[in-house]
Amino acid sequence: MSRGNMGRDPRMENNPNKHAQGGKLGKKRTKDVLLRLGEYIMQQWPLFLVAIALTLLSNQLSLLGPMYSGEAIDAMSGSQGVDFEAVKLNVGKMLICYIGSAILAYAMAVLMIHLSQRIVYTMRKQLFEKLTTLPVNYFDTHPVGDIISRISYDIDTVNSSLSHDLVQVMTSIYTVLGSLIFMWQISKPMIAVFVITVPISILFTRYRSKKVRPLFSKRSQKLGELNGYAEEMLSGCRTIAAYGREEVIGERFNKRNTEAMDAYYAAEYYSATMGPSVNFINNLSISLVMILGGILYMFSQNGTVAETSLFFISLGGVAQFVQYSRKFAGPINEFANIIHEFQSAFSAAERVFRIIDEGPEPADVENALPLNNVEGEVIFRHVDFGYVPEKKILQDISVDVNPGQTIAIVGPTGAGKTTIINLLMRFYDVNSGTITVDGKEICNVKREDLRKAYTMVLQDTWLFQGSIYENIRYGKENATMEEVKAAAKAARIDSYIEHLPEGYDTILSDEGINISKGQRQLITIARALLSDSPMLILDEATSNVDSRTEMKIQEAMNELMKNRTCFVIAHRLSTIQNADCILVLQQGKITEKGNHEELINLGGFYSTLYNAQKE
Amino acid sequence: MKFILKYLKPFAKRMSFGFTIKVLGTVVELFLPYILSHILENVVLNGKIQDVVYWGLLMVACAGFACLFNVVANRMASKVARDFSEKVRKALFARMLQLSPAQVDRFTIPSLESRITTDTYNIHNFVAMMQRMGVRAPILLIGGAVITMIMDWYLSMVMLITMPIIFGIIYFISRKGVPLYTKVQQSVDKMVRVVREDVQGIRVIKALSKTDYEHRRYNEVNQSLVKDEKRAGIIMGSVNPVMTLLMNSGIVAVVALSASRVAGHKSDPETVIAFMQYFTLISMAMMVMSRMFVMFTKSAASANRIAEVMDAPEDLVVQDEKDYPPCNTAAHILFDNVDFSYLGKLNNLEDVSLELPKGGTLGIIGATGSGKSTLVKLLLRFYDVSEGAIYIKGRDIRTIPSEEFCAMFGTAMQYDFLYADTIFENIRFGRDLSRDQVEQAAKVAQAHDFITSFKDGYEHMLSSKATNISGGQKQRLLIARAIAGAPEILILDDSSSALDYKTDANLRKALNEHMKDTTIITVAQRVSSLKNCDLILVLDEGKIIGKGTHEELLETCPEYKEISDSQMGGAFVE
Repeated sequence: MSRGNMGRDPRMENNPNKHAQGGKLGKKRTKDVLLRLGEYIMQQWPLFLVAIALTLLSNQLSLLGPMYSGEAIDAMSGSQGVDFEAVKLNVGKMLICYIGSAILAYAMAVLMIHLSQRIVYTMRKQLFEKLTTLPVNYFDTHPVGDIISRISYDIDTVNSSLSHDLVQVMTSIYTVLGSLIFMWQISKPMIAVFVITVPISILFTRYRSKKVRPLFSKRSQKLGELNGYAEEMLSGCRTIAAYGREEVIGERFNKRNTEAMDAYYAAEYYSATMGPSVNFINNLSISLVMILGGILYMFSQNGTVAETSLFFISLGGVAQFVQYSRKFAGPINEFANIIHEFQSAFSAAERVFRIIDEGPEPADVENALPLNNVEGEVIFRHVDFGYVPEKKILQDISVDVNPGQTIAIVGPTGAGKTTIINLLMRFYDVNSGTITVDGKEICNVKREDLRKAYTMVLQDTWLFQGSIYENIRYGKENATMEEVKAAAKAARIDSYIEHLPEGYDTILSDEGINISKGQRQLITIARALLSDSPMLILDEATSNVDSRTEMKIQEAMNELMKNRTCFVIAHRLSTIQNADCILVLQQGKITEKGNHEELINLGGFYSTLYNAQKE
Repeated sequence: MKFILKYLKPFAKRMSFGFTIKVLGTVVELFLPYILSHILENVVLNGKIQDVVYWGLLMVACAGFACLFNVVANRMASKVARDFSEKVRKALFARMLQLSPAQVDRFTIPSLESRITTDTYNIHNFVAMMQRMGVRAPILLIGGAVITMIMDWYLSMVMLITMPIIFGIIYFISRKGVPLYTKVQQSVDKMVRVVREDVQGIRVIKALSKTDYEHRRYNEVNQSLVKDEKRAGIIMGSVNPVMTLLMNSGIVAVVALSASRVAGHKSDPETVIAFMQYFTLISMAMMVMSRMFVMFTKSAASANRIAEVMDAPEDLVVQDEKDYPPCNTAAHILFDNVDFSYLGKLNNLEDVSLELPKGGTLGIIGATGSGKSTLVKLLLRFYDVSEGAIYIKGRDIRTIPSEEFCAMFGTAMQYDFLYADTIFENIRFGRDLSRDQVEQAAKVAQAHDFITSFKDGYEHMLSSKATNISGGQKQRLLIARAIAGAPEILILDDSSSALDYKTDANLRKALNEHMKDTTIITVAQRVSSLKNCDLILVLDEGKIIGKGTHEELLETCPEYKEISDSQMGGAFVE
């Protein structure tokens, strides 16, 4: 979903793809998108070929129908009365054609559903798997709603276009060509009519769609803004209720609602002329066919035109011709609509491809070193870092951490504490300077190995929809129920879980069940307790847990921290006080470094903080 | 579907006007084959070229009128569709904001979101399409049927026989289709949920190297979505071929039957040709109608989902004072033996009673999950108490009209709602507050300094969910919002947990200075945030286990003392 003008994340300004997000499809891009969609189809080429064959056959059969009906009518209007045998024969042929055509058409429809679902499945899979390889940065700068709308709404648009329009185009082309051949056989002169009307049709459609296209893209943009706003405001519905701001927010929503609907109407206003106009051109062709056909038939009847002449036509011939010209004109009418749908499918596909083309996390360097049996020695040397080049978050950070040490990071909000964690885990890479683990520079080791070396408990607890059991053993898939329960006990969340009607099988979901932030955090601590990584990161890991519970889980936490290199960001002095080294981080620089006593004696920021709570 | 009709009703006049124009256009179009057969039957035999041209031009004129009428009618239809969806969306959004939190819990927010986006869009499409094609198709159908009756009643019987069969089949198929599409929608919801979760938890997933696991998890939902879509598609895909076949069989029957009628001079080949023209027209109309049925099937599922929200019973209605009499008390806030349960099974709060004078301060502390936030939610009437009553200035809160009620409170909650707009607007929050009031509030909330450190100060744009400022900054903005409206009651629910000690202390001091007359309720885990409160409640498993001032509690409540000791002895730093 596109974010509104108001929703621009300041960090997005630096997005290198920004220029491409405007949504206008250049000619080259259209071609690229078309080629790539073609590739998806070609991957399923056996199905696709069968589908084409079925389409052609089915249409061939339905095109034969009018021919036999014309012959049957001719058999009735012959000079020697009704030729029942001929009528019977032709009726039989008609019936066979139509039944055959219907069966083939259905088979084709089923086939196309399989085909398009396979493609859509692949696209969704690719998109999702791409998402999981994207750098964390991508998610920090792209709203969830937008990603979701690409994987659902946009792929859906591509899907319906593939399964419906593709067949339609094939059918249409075939019908147009087929009808043309039949008409050519019946009467060559009468085709002249279409020499006039078809170009009119095409020119008109082109002219119109050029005019309407920008209106349509405005329409989807406005709709996106509306959806984005609704999504955002609904997520705050309780706060809105608490402040009684329903009316004001409702009005603001409505403003966007009206804008979106006006944009819709503007597009529809112009496109409303399209269908009837093309229809008019069709009717015009038939009228002209009729006039010409009538005259020719007249001449054929009174003998002005010889039976062998190019201009000769029978009554059945006129009837056939009119029927075929309807068949001929129909698809041309449809084309106008399909071009439209293709356009929206293209821009949807482009949005999907844009994520698929997004640069993944840079691959591990060649000959990346494995990182096994980690001791836990971590060294920062002159590390500089900024999320955007202009704004340094960390400057000249140098720290030595010995295996098994606990490092506490203290500082005002926004000083860059969490950023250090991002660098340790290589969610982001340093701008300059180095970080080493066990003497290996971390940008030279396998990312997976590096991350496996850490266990992480964050303030933002993350649980997924699944049972509590699944959530706890998430970091260790082969954990038994006993291990899970032991971890939950140590995290002091066991009795709460046992009290739930479903116990460990209770399904956690974002909404619905009443589980407090603190309880969520305890579950993630239990998850961490199951892990056996040599290093630990605690980023406000117990911020939502009350201090009594925290004391109770202290033993577990101590167990967790024992013999591990720990990086701790916390409020709690107890943890910090006992840290081997406390770093005070202010405006991206380490301003104080040392253990508790040293820093208290220093009389700097830390001691001020420490004394502040005694007031 | 009833729901759609209800909202379409006000447009009945405009719609019927549009319909009339459309009918005219369609009828004119219907004349075309009639003229055609006239040319073949009579005009051609007369042998005057002039006449053929004359009649031909009449056809062109008819086509022209049909076009004009249809354009006008289409435009009117889009206008109706525009107004209709605008109205539905407006009503739906307004209703959503009025749902009680319990109802929101039941629907879940993602589901509400998809109802106001996808589902509304579906029925909008349906209404637009129904007006465009829903008129043309039946008229072509009925008109065609009438004309064929006039031309040759015997042959038209063939058509009349096929019609009910076709409708029967369509009805049958679409009946099967609705549940299938509902299932598809549910699968989509599941798929979206996994994506949403993984995007939010990307750090954890990467940290634990669980991408393969997540791929498998996604693959499962992806596959079941594909399965459901296939199933629905295969059933609904049969509509078109079946209809085409039946219509074509009708044509075959007409040709077959007409042979003997022509032989018996009851009919002539020209009539048969015109007849088949109509039949083709009718079958095209039927085709359109079958497409509408497929759409109807989809939008019926959507309409039901919308109606579910609209028809949700009004929760938390304002009650009569007769049923909930006021209570004679001097207290500003009074809880009288309150019990509450979310699910109606175990009590989440039990027997809570407390009294707080105007301007008093209340602190609530307790273990994780002990019911602190629940108590606050009851006071805010997010939920109604199960037993007992809550009074503000002696009035049962269930009898206070919501507007008046909301104006009493300023709330900064644990869950933070900040949205993509300026900082100024986020504090003002759509209320009628002056620049001064907003800045003053920001100063008290210790937010002014960091706000002015932005180049554009109060005009600084927050991103959605305020991801571009830190947790502590978010909390200070929320507090500023809560106090900007000069509320009678200020609720700070765990709203300074991310503040460092010094800032927190400054905040407390500023609140004491500037909000003397305001009754303040603070929920916190730090004793230091509460210890100056007039009254402190200690909650455990939904019950009050300690009540009094800091000093009293140190004496009387061992749990409180334990908490306090743990924090004061080696308390917090940041």
